Amino acid sequence: MSRLINSKSATGTQATRVLGLLAIVVMLWVVVSGLVFTPQDVVQGESVRIMYVHVPSAWIAYLAFILTAVASASWLIGKKHSMGFDRFAGASAEVGVMFMAITLLTGSLWGRLTWGEFWQWDPRLTTTAFLFVTYLGYLAVRRLDGSAEQRARRSAIMALLAVLEIPLVHFSVVIWRSLHQGATVLNPSGDVKLDDLMLFTLFSGVVGFTLVFFWLVLHRQRTMLLVDVVNSRGLDAAIADRRAEAGN
Amino acid sequence: MSRPNKGKVFSAVLIKDLRIELRSRVLTNQVLPFAGLVMIMFAFALDNDDVLQRVAGGLIWLATLFSSLIIIQRSFAVESADHALDSLRVAGIDLAGVFFGKAIALAIKLIVLDFVLIVTAMLLYRVDLTGPGLVLLVTCVLCSATGLGFVGTLYGGLTAGAKGRETLLPLLLLPVVAPVLIAATRATEAAFASGGAQTSEGWAWVGLLAIFAAVFGVGGSLAFGPLIDE
Repeated sequence: MSRLINSKSATGTQATRVLGLLAIVVMLWVVVSGLVFTPQDVVQGESVRIMYVHVPSAWIAYLAFILTAVASASWLIGKKHSMGFDRFAGASAEVGVMFMAITLLTGSLWGRLTWGEFWQWDPRLTTTAFLFVTYLGYLAVRRLDGSAEQRARRSAIMALLAVLEIPLVHFSVVIWRSLHQGATVLNPSGDVKLDDLMLFTLFSGVVGFTLVFFWLVLHRQRTMLLVDVVNSRGLDAAIADRRAEAGN
Repeated sequence: MSRPNKGKVFSAVLIKDLRIELRSRVLTNQVLPFAGLVMIMFAFALDNDDVLQRVAGGLIWLATLFSSLIIIQRSFAVESADHALDSLRVAGIDLAGVFFGKAIALAIKLIVLDFVLIVTAMLLYRVDLTGPGLVLLVTCVLCSATGLGFVGTLYGGLTAGAKGRETLLPLLLLPVVAPVLIAATRATEAAFASGGAQTSEGWAWVGLLAIFAAVFGVGGSLAFGPLIDE
């Protein structure tokens, strides 16, 4: 831990640098392929290029929230209550919220071009918006006063309650109304209806965004570790000061 | 001294919360007038008898949700004052009993609130209620109030004593209770036969409300203790 604090590049390691470099290369390919190489869609026209950002960011956001729930459950179940799980859950949720914001933004832009509206009251859109607000609440709970242990317990329970909440919200909104385009890539029949290069670019986007996600999460959780260490040291220093004053 | 069982804790907390309400009269003197005011404001904003009749169900449940935020904060303000919640915590009693006691007390207050809101809607928005519609509406209110009581107690306990709890509670609570708003609104519209809806259409939504209450009743009883534990 002290090695981490004293190092000038405290949150970076050889592994994260390689990960970061890979993420840059893949993302550059996605940008060039998505904007230049891939053709426009017969129905959607040029607006289909938004999908190379929209779809991967949505998948990553859902992955982030699943990882938050898994890390939270691991913290609660684990006998040692390792704070690493808590920090990973928090970092994953923060990055997930960012990707969900990108999903909503790009989805709105695509919707304006395709449906003629920025927003439609469709179940998947509405559930996504609720998910976004729910995890904003989760992040607000993480910032409540209290010790690192209290933060970990509260936020772990919040993350698991979100897992309970989301199916209920989704189910109720699904019955309420439905409009969203069905899944194109993950449709049950396995019949993928995309040009090969478009599909490859989409998967490249998923890989690139996944690399960016893990790069961000690793750095963010190490920043959180440093914050916890500083807070802990601050408390120790304050206690030492009071003891010194009492001694004088 | 033996440790009181869950049932005794439940009834003691329930009676305590209702007694505080009867003595302070916050529900009758502040929350009910506020909810009535919201219903009148909706009428000003929409300014159309037909529209009001059509959307009466939604307005009742929106007013319920807004008012429930006040009731929940009040329910935990009395626990935060003088560190009453800390006393309950260190007393070593079953916190699931405390959860159910506070949740059912909250649900009873919400039932009173909904009764007043429904009567207000019948008077101001001119909605009608038949016999089968009344049965549906009563069941809908019971299930919704119970579900809101469980969720409200859970998140109220979490934010009790926290800085900025007035703004944090709506942020946490409103996304969670979206299913209650949707389901209770549709069931109430069916009960009022708004927009030609059939009474029988409302029972599926009441089923969803019952599932919501069951999920958060079980989840809340497990999570409440660890959540308020310092």
